[in-house]
Amino acid sequence: MQKGLHKFFVYTLLILLSILFLAPFIWMVTTALKAPDELYQYPPKLLPSTWHFENFLNAWNSQPFNLYLVNSLIVTVLTTIGQIISSTLVAYGFARFKFKGRDFLFIILLATMMIPWDVTMIPQYMAFNMFGWINSLKALIIPSWFGSAFYIFLLRQFIMSIPKELDEAARMDGANVFQIYYKIYLPLVWPVIVLIAVFNILGTWNDYLGPLIFLNDQSKYTLTLGLAQFKGVHDVDTNGIMAVTFLISIVPLILFFLAQKKIVEGVQSTSLK
Amino acid sequence: MKTDVGVNAEYNPVYQKKKKWNKIVPYLFISPWIIGFIVFTLGPLLFSFIISFFNWPIVGEKKFIGLTNYITMFTDDPLFWSSLWITLKFALFFVPLNIILALLLAMLLNQKVKGSSWFRTFFYVPSVISGVALAMIWGTVYDGEYGILNYLLSLIGIEGPNWLNDTSWALVAMVIASLWGQGTMMLIFLSGLKNIPQDLYEAAEIDGAGKIYKFFKITVPLLTPTILFNLIMTIIGAFQTLTLALVLTGGGPLQSTYFYAMYVYENAFKYFKMGYSSANAWVMFIIILSLTMLVFKSSSVWVYYENEVKNDK
Repeated sequence: MQKGLHKFFVYTLLILLSILFLAPFIWMVTTALKAPDELYQYPPKLLPSTWHFENFLNAWNSQPFNLYLVNSLIVTVLTTIGQIISSTLVAYGFARFKFKGRDFLFIILLATMMIPWDVTMIPQYMAFNMFGWINSLKALIIPSWFGSAFYIFLLRQFIMSIPKELDEAARMDGANVFQIYYKIYLPLVWPVIVLIAVFNILGTWNDYLGPLIFLNDQSKYTLTLGLAQFKGVHDVDTNGIMAVTFLISIVPLILFFLAQKKIVEGVQSTSLK
Repeated sequence: MKTDVGVNAEYNPVYQKKKKWNKIVPYLFISPWIIGFIVFTLGPLLFSFIISFFNWPIVGEKKFIGLTNYITMFTDDPLFWSSLWITLKFALFFVPLNIILALLLAMLLNQKVKGSSWFRTFFYVPSVISGVALAMIWGTVYDGEYGILNYLLSLIGIEGPNWLNDTSWALVAMVIASLWGQGTMMLIFLSGLKNIPQDLYEAAEIDGAGKIYKFFKITVPLLTPTILFNLIMTIIGAFQTLTLALVLTGGGPLQSTYFYAMYVYENAFKYFKMGYSSANAWVMFIIILSLTMLVFKSSSVWVYYENEVKNDK
């Protein structure tokens, strides 16, 4: 009897909290679908009386969102490829070789994860200015080709768990270290590569501050910048804002549902040092 | 590796060359990170430290001014103090609430209930969308006149404030919106809970322990390392909160949500006072570093490590 009551209590709490977490999303979708005059009704209606799907198209066309989409895709694809190549190389180096200063360098690598972004963004802006990368997608792409501490850390932990006998056997067969890296290790670390690809796509797609600081020209904008700009340009166009918010969130949401198990496991593995 | 070459190999020039090569190979593998670290982290870090002692407009003459930036900040810039105070206030509410909420959700999910992976998805979903999208959604929810939140409050007889236009409520609104993205903390707590050996609870039950006893004597102590990790991550995150403020309130009304990160951002990219904003950023770095150290230092008192106890026995 008491057990049943406990179960009931737990489920009620879980359902109430789920509603709390999902409600703003539902509000977003229904607001996007309402007719403009329905937005300013009191009491507000949860469901629109007629569903205006054309709101999505109108909002998308009110700014060059196709162009922003292309920019976002370029940045996301190129940073993800760069991260995968560079991070796996570096992680392999840290995990499989003994060399002078290795442990010291690895501690530095871990320590860089603690540096607040504010401290490096100002000089980075000035450096990129010098390189001629300001107002260019390069500023967002190129730094990612040099590996990211967090991904390197994840990959290294995984590579260290692979038995070393594997590469010794390959070495006997005459393979050199680079062949061992891409023929034996890359296929083996594939699960972690997928994980960092997902993390990186989410992070780059959703990034706002990077594009905000490094890009000025509207033709270079990414989707998040375009969305944020909505507020200034169309002060009261709540429909449009919600419609574009929804459209931009589709990619991360789909990715999340596809890779949910991986993301959950990946996030959880970060705390187990 | 020495086994596959002969005894005299040390004097063999081919072997000597190979040995040298073998020494270089590891550095080749990690070279991307080393270059990236020097160019994008260490270099900028040193550079920003140096220019924090300069008057450094983005165009125009640069001038060494010693500690003037730091002195100005502390004695002659009310915005420095107010933004720091607002950030501290935000952190003071957000950090504990975020940890408690994430822990509560994780504990609920850790019950043996059907569909718990669904609930986990619902609680995590806000964490995968962009901060800009999140801010936009909350902007319409909080709307003083037509927002759904105030309507819902009115149903239970509460007259909601004009959230984002009210100096005493805007920061509260920020805390609530930020709590919505607690998903990562929740997942980390969940894995911490799953790692607690079940037999500890069983043993306690045999001794007749109740739920509250088990929570405070088993769950909490064994979870303290996870709490420490989440605490540090939340503190670091709280001090860098920027996107939400930029998009949702722009620091207003009357600078009541003008966070320290926004102060640094505007000094750098609105007023282009690069030297001054670098000094701002270093003060923030030092504050975060000292807070982290403080938490670490305190952890010897309240964080429980299993092997410590084993050693005691």
